[in-house]
Amino acid sequence: MASQEATIREFAEQEYRWGFDSRIDSETIPPGLDEGVVRLISAKKGEPDWLCQWRLRALRHWQRMREPTWANLRYPPIDYQQIVYYSAPKSPAGGPQSLDELDPAVRQMFDKLGIPLAEQERLAGVAVDAVVDSASVATSFQKQLAKLGIIFCSFSEAVRRHSELVRRYLGSVVPYTDNYFAALNSAVFSDGSFCYIPPGVHCPMELSTYFRINARNTGQFERTLIIAEPGSYVSYLEGCTAPMRDEHQLHAAVVELVAHEEAQIRYATVQNWYPGDREGRGGVYNFVTKRGICRGARSRISWTQVEVGSAITWKYPSVILRGDGSVGEFYSVALTGRRQQADTGTKMIHIGRNTRSTIVSKGISAGRGQNSYRGLVKVQRAAEGARNYSQCDSLLLGDQCGAHTFPYIEVANPTAQVEHEASTSRIGEDQIFYCRQRGLAAEDAVNLIVNGFCKEVFRELPMEFAVEAQKLLAVNLEGSVG
Amino acid sequence: MGTQQAGDAFLRNLDGLRGHTVASRPSWLGELRGAALGRFTRLGFPTTRQEEWRFTDLSRMLSIRFEPACGGASDGLASEAWALVHALPGPRVVLVDGHFRADLSVTAAGRGIVVDSLCRVLRDSPGLLAPHLAHYAPWREHPFVALNTGLATEGVFVQLAAGAVQEEPVHLVHLWTAAGKARVAHPRALILAEPNSRAAIVESYWGSHGSVSLTNAVTEIVVGRGAVLEHAKLQEEGDEAFHMATVQVHQQSRSSFTSHVVFLGGSLARNEINIRLEGRRCRCTLNGLYWARGRQHMDLRTRIDHAQPACASEELYKGILDERARGVFNGKIYVHRAAQQTDAKQTNRALVLSDQARVNTKPQLEIFADDVRCTHGATVGQIEPEAMFYLRSRGIAERRARQLLIWAFANDVVGRIGLAPLRTAVEQLLTAGDGLSVGPVAGRLP
Repeated sequence: MASQEATIREFAEQEYRWGFDSRIDSETIPPGLDEGVVRLISAKKGEPDWLCQWRLRALRHWQRMREPTWANLRYPPIDYQQIVYYSAPKSPAGGPQSLDELDPAVRQMFDKLGIPLAEQERLAGVAVDAVVDSASVATSFQKQLAKLGIIFCSFSEAVRRHSELVRRYLGSVVPYTDNYFAALNSAVFSDGSFCYIPPGVHCPMELSTYFRINARNTGQFERTLIIAEPGSYVSYLEGCTAPMRDEHQLHAAVVELVAHEEAQIRYATVQNWYPGDREGRGGVYNFVTKRGICRGARSRISWTQVEVGSAITWKYPSVILRGDGSVGEFYSVALTGRRQQADTGTKMIHIGRNTRSTIVSKGISAGRGQNSYRGLVKVQRAAEGARNYSQCDSLLLGDQCGAHTFPYIEVANPTAQVEHEASTSRIGEDQIFYCRQRGLAAEDAVNLIVNGFCKEVFRELPMEFAVEAQKLLAVNLEGSVG
Repeated sequence: MGTQQAGDAFLRNLDGLRGHTVASRPSWLGELRGAALGRFTRLGFPTTRQEEWRFTDLSRMLSIRFEPACGGASDGLASEAWALVHALPGPRVVLVDGHFRADLSVTAAGRGIVVDSLCRVLRDSPGLLAPHLAHYAPWREHPFVALNTGLATEGVFVQLAAGAVQEEPVHLVHLWTAAGKARVAHPRALILAEPNSRAAIVESYWGSHGSVSLTNAVTEIVVGRGAVLEHAKLQEEGDEAFHMATVQVHQQSRSSFTSHVVFLGGSLARNEINIRLEGRRCRCTLNGLYWARGRQHMDLRTRIDHAQPACASEELYKGILDERARGVFNGKIYVHRAAQQTDAKQTNRALVLSDQARVNTKPQLEIFADDVRCTHGATVGQIEPEAMFYLRSRGIAERRARQLLIWAFANDVVGRIGLAPLRTAVEQLLTAGDGLSVGPVAGRLP
């Protein structure tokens, strides 16, 4: 099957399609991090004093912490003093009032990426809160949402206009003491998205944000906070692509979700940051802390992620199941090709009674990629009748890549039912033969098989994302069998 | 206290027994011991901040002053121990409180087979040991292996010449007598099965309740080309015993190795089995069962390194946890880049019987080859209400139904023990005392 190998090699060596460099006039501060920088960021954003103090506490805590080394990842040390911690596109004073006022270069960049920012308002369905580098540039559909009492805006705007809400929930799920990268984010986060769903409201559209790292050497430290009041529902989409860069770029985001009684939050991510070239040069370091808490009874949080990009992915979207009968779900597809490394998984912390969690993780390794699943299922003493089902499957394409699983199961209640299954295999020659025999090109066959492998996860994505995710995999698989 | 200081203190604590017991001749052995103790000091005493020790807290051990064990009398030993000793009529080496007892041992073995105390072999033919001793067990990385390598005073040597077949199982017996003082022993075993040899080896550890002891055992096993070796380890030490052990196995091509581990005793017991499949077409099977009650802490770990192509490994570990017990399972399957056509299967199940018991399970797969079939499954659960109901509906009392279901859970592993006398001994231990005091073993249902 020499042809198959050739295809797989090509697959692994795909050039990054979204690598272009938009010239946007941006306001940037010199690299480095100290209290002055944190105060400067806070001042530039006109933040209240409590937030500035919170950032400073986070910074002081971060300075005492050591970078974690337990992940199954290898990368040269990061010089945190060489990073630019603030960069925002310049825009006319007062911010854009409508999409038409946007910097044309920003608009063009989104057009190249194929996000129909302008179109979407017309075509309906998706409200985009687009984040370029740090400042939120455009927020659409705000008015329609406002009628329902839904707040969906940039984080800075939320700090200005809904200070009390932000103050109450910021850091309540991921405190700044949580881990190294969360502390760093808490000190220097520049912008992000904020979303509040009032009691009993079913958010009528998929909320969406699009992150894109642009300016050189700029770390992206966005912060997302979603609050779902009792009985509400929201589905949130996050998508990322980043332009091609030579230096490694650091991305350390924090996402916090709060679900009150009977609320439901669905959070979906397609991550396609620049993965670095064939030799492992460049690429984004993606160190993300995502966590949701099911505070109320029968609340529900589900994470779905398709991780295709980044040189390094360090990400464990988690759910704290505190409310009785609450449900946590995690569906993940992680693809590592070239020299990409991913150490990703989830944590399900069962605290309430009759809590349930489901974990489905699909890892695909190709080229010299290293893919690790790391997960924790923890059932605490009080969690009567907790139930977990975990499944993590790995698919290996090529003999230079690796697939690893590190599931932790900690049970302190005898009524818990915890099941974990894992398998590792490669695409069978018989599977490819079967497809070929029916007239499919080998490449299409691999595509089909990989898509089938990921089906359980794609099914969880909202339609638009499912299509994009399949396309992303297909693009990466292009030319991978002959 | 940092790990290094704690290590230093622990070593100083043991230092009193170093001078007069540790043989440092021949010179290579003295050098090895020195290097290993240096290594222990550098590695430090393990803490729960280290990933490998995260769920097993040894700090209790630090506060105990262990004293050298003197060879004790053989009376007052567990009758179960003698029952098993008599049921296995083959060669045996008996260590009482870490000391070799020639009077209780039977070292006569079949043609081409050596079974003896490590000290006697060291005295008479050290050349047999030099190329192998400490060549396999990871004393540079593992603090307790380093400690054993530095301080071992006695142990067992088994050698099977090429093609030799040992029909009767070899029994290695480790006994602790009752004593008022806290004692420590570092038994060391070296088992060499040369090409195409065949044998079964049983290691059993016994103790008495109320006596504090620390067994820090290391067993090194080499399974030569085409050799077939079965290794069973039964641990039934006293309720105040610490048991730390590493079993290191190197398999050469087309060899077959089967391991049974049954852990029932001890206060804090940990067993690590590391298998390296270093030749093509090896097979290895690991079975394990632990039953922890009271405040027992059991930590069972396995690691299988698939270093060569076309090897198969299969693993089944089960644990039963009752009262305030704590169970830890860590199973790693590591498939190296060269190990194509690997077939590895791992299953771990824990049965939790009380709401105070805790279990930590961590099955791991690390795979660097693509043409492999690897699966693992782990479950933690309680007795199924449906199964219970089924038995109750047939008129079986609740207590008895519960015992039957626990027995069925355990028997899945016990039934795989091929050596009938050992299987019977394990069955009896499981059904004795507060355990499963019913007769399903004998098939006597009321």
